[in-house]
Amino acid sequence: MSPARSMQAVVMGASAGGWAAFSRILTALPADYALPVAIVLHVHPGQGEDFPLHMAPGRRIPVRPAQDKDPFLPGVAHFAPPDYHLLIEWDKTLSLSADPKVCHSRPSIDVLFESAASVYGPGLLGVLLTGASSDGTNGIKRINELGGLTVVQDPDTAEHPTMPRSAVTHASPWRVLGLDAIAQLLLDLAPKPHPVFPDLESGATPPDRSRP
Amino acid sequence: MEQHELEQLEIDLFLEGVYRRYGYDFRNYARASLQRRMRGLMAATGHSSVIEMLPKVFSDRGFLIRVVDALSINVTEMFRDPPFFLALREKVVPYLKTYPFIKVWHAGCASGEEVYSLAILFKEEGIYDRTTFFATDFNAGTLEKAKAGIYPLDTMKKFAGNYLAGGGKAALSDYFHAEYDSVIVDGSLKKNVTFAMHNLATDGVFGEMHLILCRNVLIYFDAQLQCRAAGLFDDSLVHGGILALGSKETLRFTELADYYDMLDEKWRIYRKTGATYLAAHWGAPT
Ligand SMILES: C[S@@+](CC[C@H](N)C(=O)[O-])C[C@H]1O[C@@H](n2cnc3c(N)ncnc32)[C@H](O)[C@@H]1O
Repeated sequence: MSPARSMQAVVMGASAGGWAAFSRILTALPADYALPVAIVLHVHPGQGEDFPLHMAPGRRIPVRPAQDKDPFLPGVAHFAPPDYHLLIEWDKTLSLSADPKVCHSRPSIDVLFESAASVYGPGLLGVLLTGASSDGTNGIKRINELGGLTVVQDPDTAEHPTMPRSAVTHASPWRVLGLDAIAQLLLDLAPKPHPVFPDLESGATPPDRSRP
Repeated sequence: MEQHELEQLEIDLFLEGVYRRYGYDFRNYARASLQRRMRGLMAATGHSSVIEMLPKVFSDRGFLIRVVDALSINVTEMFRDPPFFLALREKVVPYLKTYPFIKVWHAGCASGEEVYSLAILFKEEGIYDRTTFFATDFNAGTLEKAKAGIYPLDTMKKFAGNYLAGGGKAALSDYFHAEYDSVIVDGSLKKNVTFAMHNLATDGVFGEMHLILCRNVLIYFDAQLQCRAAGLFDDSLVHGGILALGSKETLRFTELADYYDMLDEKWRIYRKTGATYLAAHWGAPT
């Protein structure tokens, strides 16, 4: 019996409606969440980079606007700054780029997801939420391709269903869930301070993906 | 070996090969965005792996140009980040005005939009005529575009907005001639600008400068290559000279941070004072 696979990093993306969705998820995470988290939320390019500090006032997990070459720290939610792509560097630091827009967006969810997939492979959990775009679909595909786990918000529960629907239709995510179930999954898949048996009830035991 | 590790290995081998074969050194570029562009090149040229492109680039110089184009990111604008240009006008021009002649190095000038923006600003501030601009890039094709100074008419609308937000004193169209669906930079903006090839990863210093602008280039380098480039800038700048970086770039990974004053924190404008250096080595004056 193999124990529940423990993940190494989480990447999340959302567009329209993402403020409320991220607020709900971040509120559920503890102050000492064991994984590093990187987030792309589509915002106006002129938005100040401190915008995430105001998200979910009661939350315990600290949030930070990502800076180029900062370490990708566990227990912190790092947000892409407006008008720059956020990527995860091979040495597990954060990297910003002014490359052209992808899916009409900078930051782009695909760019973050694809870069993180290349670093963490099977150790990556990718989460795609509400939005009115098709950004994120290729990112989810790439995470699947490299053996990671992917979760997409159930389009019927999303404020804007287009983006999650695109991923559900074209990228075969591992799970399609509502926001609270996604938050629970983030907790279940994080390494625990003490060894535990897989929580079978949550249904979160990852499938054994075959690898080359 | 997992698939994602295999691709990283292939990229390392490819970059080493390109360097040893042609001298183009991308080995210290930040890997994450480089990998993305390599994958784009792969898709565009019908290759199914990075390593497949190695024999191709070895035997075909034309393909090397594709590689260099893919790995240099040439996106740029006129008056990109308008408040930066306001800060230049308000905080930097007063220093420059004290010099009888001014030398400016614009490193990583891409297709030239930014150097002509600077030239316009210098004109409006009355210091263009005593200034020489050295605009450099390592991408030959891009540099040709910069020299030509011809841009699509439809981009000018956005640029005109940037220009005004950046403190422009006239109309942007005053500096261009429209021709069909293009605009051409006026000769009076070009006359003091010299364009040249220069690679920040492999070339050296070529003159003493009063202002160095290098924006959205260091962001593509790892810390080691950032240090090399910053060293070139430091060796080029006169005492009191000014260095302007992109808004997400800093000197914090280089040894220079202590020897420069921050003229504008948000827009990463530094002034070489050496004061801290002198204090550290000789004791603060009493
Ligand atoms: C994103 S553009 C920045 C253009 C402009 N400075 C701006 O901010 O709008 C980056 C430029 O850096 C150039 N570049 C990249 N690596 C370089 C190197 N090693 N030496 C010189 N230029 C380089 C690229 O060719 C490209 O034109």
